[in-house]
Amino acid sequence: MVLAERENLLAAGHRACPGCGAAIALRQILRALGRDTIVVSATGCVETFTSPYGMSAWEVPWIHSLFENSASVASGVHAALEFLREKSSVVVISGDGGTFDIGMGAMSGMFERKQNITYICYDNEAYMNTGVQGSSATPYGSSTTTTPAGKASFGKIQPKKDMPAIALAHDVDYVATASIAYPQDLMKKVAKTKEIYGPKYIQVHTPCTIGWGFDSSKTVEVGKLAVETGLVPIYEVEKGKPMVVKKVKNKKPVEEYLRFQTRFRHLLKEEQKDIANQIQAICDKNIERFGI
Amino acid sequence: MSTISVIEGSMAVAQAVKACRPGVIAAYPISPQTHIVEFLSQFVADNEMDTKYVRVDAEFSAASAVYGSSATGVRSYTASSSQGLLLMSEVLYAMAGTRLPVVLTGVNRTVSAPITIQPDHQDTMALRDTGLIQLHVENSQEAYATHIQAFKLAEDHDILLPVMVCMDGWILTHSFEPVKLEDQEKVDEFLPPFVPKYRLDTKNPLTYGAYADDEVPEFRLMMHFAQERAKEKIEKIAREYEAKFGDYFGGLIDTYRCDDAEIVMVAMGSVIGTLKDAVDKLRKENIKVGVLKVRSYRPFPGEEILSAVKGAKMVAVLDKSLSVGQGGPLATDVKAALANKQAPPVLGCIAGMGGRDMSMVLIREIIEKSQKAITTGKIPDIEYIALKRQYLE
Ligand SMILES: Cc1ncc(C[n+]2csc(CCOP(=O)(O)OP(=O)(O)O)c2C)c(N)n1
Ligand SMILES: [Mg+2]
Repeated sequence: MVLAERENLLAAGHRACPGCGAAIALRQILRALGRDTIVVSATGCVETFTSPYGMSAWEVPWIHSLFENSASVASGVHAALEFLREKSSVVVISGDGGTFDIGMGAMSGMFERKQNITYICYDNEAYMNTGVQGSSATPYGSSTTTTPAGKASFGKIQPKKDMPAIALAHDVDYVATASIAYPQDLMKKVAKTKEIYGPKYIQVHTPCTIGWGFDSSKTVEVGKLAVETGLVPIYEVEKGKPMVVKKVKNKKPVEEYLRFQTRFRHLLKEEQKDIANQIQAICDKNIERFGI
Repeated sequence: MSTISVIEGSMAVAQAVKACRPGVIAAYPISPQTHIVEFLSQFVADNEMDTKYVRVDAEFSAASAVYGSSATGVRSYTASSSQGLLLMSEVLYAMAGTRLPVVLTGVNRTVSAPITIQPDHQDTMALRDTGLIQLHVENSQEAYATHIQAFKLAEDHDILLPVMVCMDGWILTHSFEPVKLEDQEKVDEFLPPFVPKYRLDTKNPLTYGAYADDEVPEFRLMMHFAQERAKEKIEKIAREYEAKFGDYFGGLIDTYRCDDAEIVMVAMGSVIGTLKDAVDKLRKENIKVGVLKVRSYRPFPGEEILSAVKGAKMVAVLDKSLSVGQGGPLATDVKAALANKQAPPVLGCIAGMGGRDMSMVLIREIIEKSQKAITTGKIPDIEYIALKRQYLE
């Protein structure tokens, strides 16, 4: 694969935690996009750790205003570029909270307008910037500060919202899921967005050491396990073509993934066996549904 | 050559916006703003404007889209009313804080609850502290002129703030009046193309909307200083407009028969015309009254108001909104401007909220209350004009 950029367009010295999955994603995304890109970000960890005033890490033009409006800001940027007859890529980078929850209406509006914008959600499966509160991307059984496990609770009682399916329902031109554990795949998908005119959605699984509770040297390992268990399916749907799914030869039991992270550890107790089994059932269903 | 046509106030605004050649318009419909954006959509559809019209999913997105387009260096416009303006409010703070020179029309309408589409100033008052410059207009011709002036003001590199042109819904937007539409060439001379100071540009990558830990007081203060500078610019631009097109509607304020007035009525928006008529009638009865129009609500022209009213015996302020738990916001600002100065007392009157009509009878009531306050020396905190007592008992 030919990358648009050899240099790292996210300058060193930003304030991400050691082992931050989102920071890894940014680096890969920007390499695939290259310099002729305008990034619109939502409030969240990425915005906070990359943009301290006077110390921005962004080597491409970057704009942030609020938590829930990045798709609409991108629509305005795109309209302005059209007016100016300029052709830079317009890319949204927003967290799962900004995408699945508070910014979903704005994103839906942007999809419906059929503008040439790539929307990338870095999915760390909770509101991390504000201290690990549950979002609708938080998986079933996960303990967060607002879906805590307790004497009468096993963590989040609802399954994760199927955001890529919602994007697909808008008949957008390209929908893909990816993970920082598979950088070639991720960069290939991001690079592909430059060839397709219209709205595009990529959801990148980005493990969070603090929010999920694992050692900061294990980010990629955790990301891999999520895929190898079938819990996080990796696929792409290009309009008019059949879905392409990343196959996994030796599937792992989900317990290996759960054991790795404090957010799921309560499920390893005997009395929560049922819940762990249900998560395994989610994996099994994914494996069947996507042909993983 | 300019042309005079009998058109709706909304069309006057749409014609002004068209003459300003914005590159991007984003808007969402709400009464009584709708006609403005419908007319603009039609201009774009008929290729009368070289503009990208972004049809959005909500006012929140409308404001966000022009936030993005303005930051990309393109002249941008939006409009809303009431609930829609409130839905924009979070974005408007960010827009002013990011110093983006968007122009928007705030078509004034009551805010729910109770829900109604009647006009008053509650909606734009709720946006008072956003950092937006807020200019109120009296009639369609002034609405036309003020939009053209607004772009020049907003885009001035000494200012760089969004400007909201406030106009009373229905009363102005939906009434037909003769309006002088200026020659495009002359408008182009008055308002040259937008030259952004900064913009999103891949040839010069800049960061917009950074995270600030230690810079907030200075950034907010810089907006305040820009508004202070705007005081001079608003007057200057109004005079330049007069020199070019022959019309002047006031700078920060405008006064009518205030020189020897004992009672000066202070108000904003379409009621000014009614008040001027009333002044002429009252003057015939030897009652010395005058009208002071506050054209610029933000920046607030405290000094100008002081010098215009200092010879009067009473300043009667008409508020078309109520800051619940405090009183009329305009009266509060006028009182603050006159505090600790040699100045007449201020009688705050709440009148015309929820679209309640301002008739000659009510204006007489205000004058009588002012006269009574002058003779007794007793000035109530708030006077409520034309209340229907049956709802209160
Ligand atoms: C309107 C609004 N509500 C709430 C917040 C507080 N807030 C800031 S970031 C954030 C969480 C962001 O979550 P996500 O989008 O998942 O990004 P992450 O922090 O996980 O990277 C919240 C709740 C806000 N800034 N604005
Ligand atoms: Mg998150």
